Amino acid sequence: MNIFQVSSKNLLRRKLRTFFTVFGIMLSTWVLVTLLGFNKGYEQSLSNSIDGMGFQIVLTAKGCPYEAATLMLKGGTGLRYMPEDLVRDVASRPEVLQATAMLMHAEFDPNKGENGGTTVFLGVDPKTYPSMKPYLQFKQGAWFADDAKDEIVLGYEAAELEQREVGDLMILPGSEVEYKVVGILSRTGTQDDGMIYLPLTATQKVFKKEGELTMLGIRLKPSVDQNAFEESLYQLPDVQVVSMAQVKNTIMSLVSSAKAIVMSIAFIAFLIAMFGVLNTVLMSVFERFQEIGILKSMGALPKDIFKMILIETTLLCAIGGLFGIVIAYGFSGLSEAAIRYFLPFAPTGSLIIIDTFIVVFSFISITLIGLIGGIYPAWRASHIRPLDSIRSE
Amino acid sequence: MNRFIEAHDLTKTYSRGAEQITALNNVSFAVDKGDIVSVVGASGSGKTTLVNVLGCLDNPSSGTLMINHKVIFGEGKLLSEPALTKIRRATFGYVFQKFFLIPTLSVKENILLPSVFQPDHTPDDESLYQLMDMLGIARRENHLPSQLSGGEMQRVAIARALIHKPEVLIADEPTGNLDSKRSNEIKDLLLRLNQENGITVIIVTHNPDIAKIGNKTLELVDGKLMG
Repeated sequence: MNIFQVSSKNLLRRKLRTFFTVFGIMLSTWVLVTLLGFNKGYEQSLSNSIDGMGFQIVLTAKGCPYEAATLMLKGGTGLRYMPEDLVRDVASRPEVLQATAMLMHAEFDPNKGENGGTTVFLGVDPKTYPSMKPYLQFKQGAWFADDAKDEIVLGYEAAELEQREVGDLMILPGSEVEYKVVGILSRTGTQDDGMIYLPLTATQKVFKKEGELTMLGIRLKPSVDQNAFEESLYQLPDVQVVSMAQVKNTIMSLVSSAKAIVMSIAFIAFLIAMFGVLNTVLMSVFERFQEIGILKSMGALPKDIFKMILIETTLLCAIGGLFGIVIAYGFSGLSEAAIRYFLPFAPTGSLIIIDTFIVVFSFISITLIGLIGGIYPAWRASHIRPLDSIRSE
Repeated sequence: MNRFIEAHDLTKTYSRGAEQITALNNVSFAVDKGDIVSVVGASGSGKTTLVNVLGCLDNPSSGTLMINHKVIFGEGKLLSEPALTKIRRATFGYVFQKFFLIPTLSVKENILLPSVFQPDHTPDDESLYQLMDMLGIARRENHLPSQLSGGEMQRVAIARALIHKPEVLIADEPTGNLDSKRSNEIKDLLLRLNQENGITVIIVTHNPDIAKIGNKTLELVDGKLMG
């Protein structure tokens, strides 16, 4: 028999108390692993979403830069327009590898939802847009033909809302022309899901915006200095240059603030675990006051008692930590669904990523925190004098 | 005569608030190897204080204590808790009125508990079973303390005190929690341990029947040794 066996059997003495302590540590670990996984998953998914937009730079009409960012991420209203000639001029510059012009139009539909809603139309150039948005996959059909005038593609949610299938006909507001649905996109989890795509020229005509555009998405040649190119765009009148790197940095700095809050919650979970362990082990030490004294009378040194109590604490934390990790892993789908429900904007991809680092880090951290919580009870136990325990008999 | 313990003018005082209590007052005596010493006296007479000092659980305030011809206390010598522990490990086994068995450990595991802290003194199986046989608890080796009678629990406590083969067994009111039948069993057992194994026994008791087994009796009155 060794000290480890003695410690582990000591934990069975008050089974219910041990269970609740382990349960508390498990909950703390669950919270910790989920929050760390969310930190990683959200940041990675957001980064992937922004990178996956396919544009390095977006040129829009002058306005609030945050509005411009919103325009790209969620679709916008109250849109401003740029002259088409200016846009075509930028698109044809030698530094540009690919460019695609877009015209966005938002129309309030009183019949949409319970209180009405905005339907967003995006006029795109079928020659350039699909190649810059390669992640857009089709559930049914395909993009409209290069010279199409009366064909549309629906985002996943737009198709569900309009209850349309490929081959159906639709009449757009302000137009008497029937448009044929030629494609329905697969779900992306982004603003693309709610969009109705039309050929660019048709959009300009239907919404009476001939010669005007909302955005130009640009991808530069690898050798081009992006900063210098952006500087040259700033010289153009009444345009706004939005660098995706800037957008990413801005969003990531907002996410960093949220991360600080998340880490504070994780820290509180740590403290709860630590004080839970401290309380349990201290109670157990006080209950065994005489017994610990007797162990010392039969030859246990203070360091033996210290070790015995710390092993008990470590076992509690390790078992609770392991269960917490398993629960966090098993319920990550449920946690993700809950987070998606509460978050106003969630990027595509997995929101909770629990990798080996998070598992190992959480396990070691929770065990260490438990150990810290166990130091005081262990110290108290190691300083029990056998004589005092015999006197208390 | 083989002197094993020699006490000269042992005095133990302690404070209780403003009051100074003299628990032992210039107590001198000697214990030889193989003795059974009964320590008797009224409650509060200093019996337990005396065996605590003899058993190196406590330092005396003054006087000299020699164990096996070595000065443990006295001549300006006071030992730290770890140093006292080392002497206790090598020399003494303790049995108390309460059994203090670990409820989640089996009989065998409880008996082996001291060897957890003294791995060098882990007994071989033969000596372990021999001891359990002698104490009549071999068939109970896998039982938990809650499955034992009071007498059996005290036998397990005695086995635990003897597992590292101490030279002296200190038993402080070992029959205090037992009925007369179980008390007699424990008395006979202590006698056998002394006679068959040559273990020196120091027994604190209120029970005159148990006290009778001693070949020496130390009677304390208000911390002083009578006779």
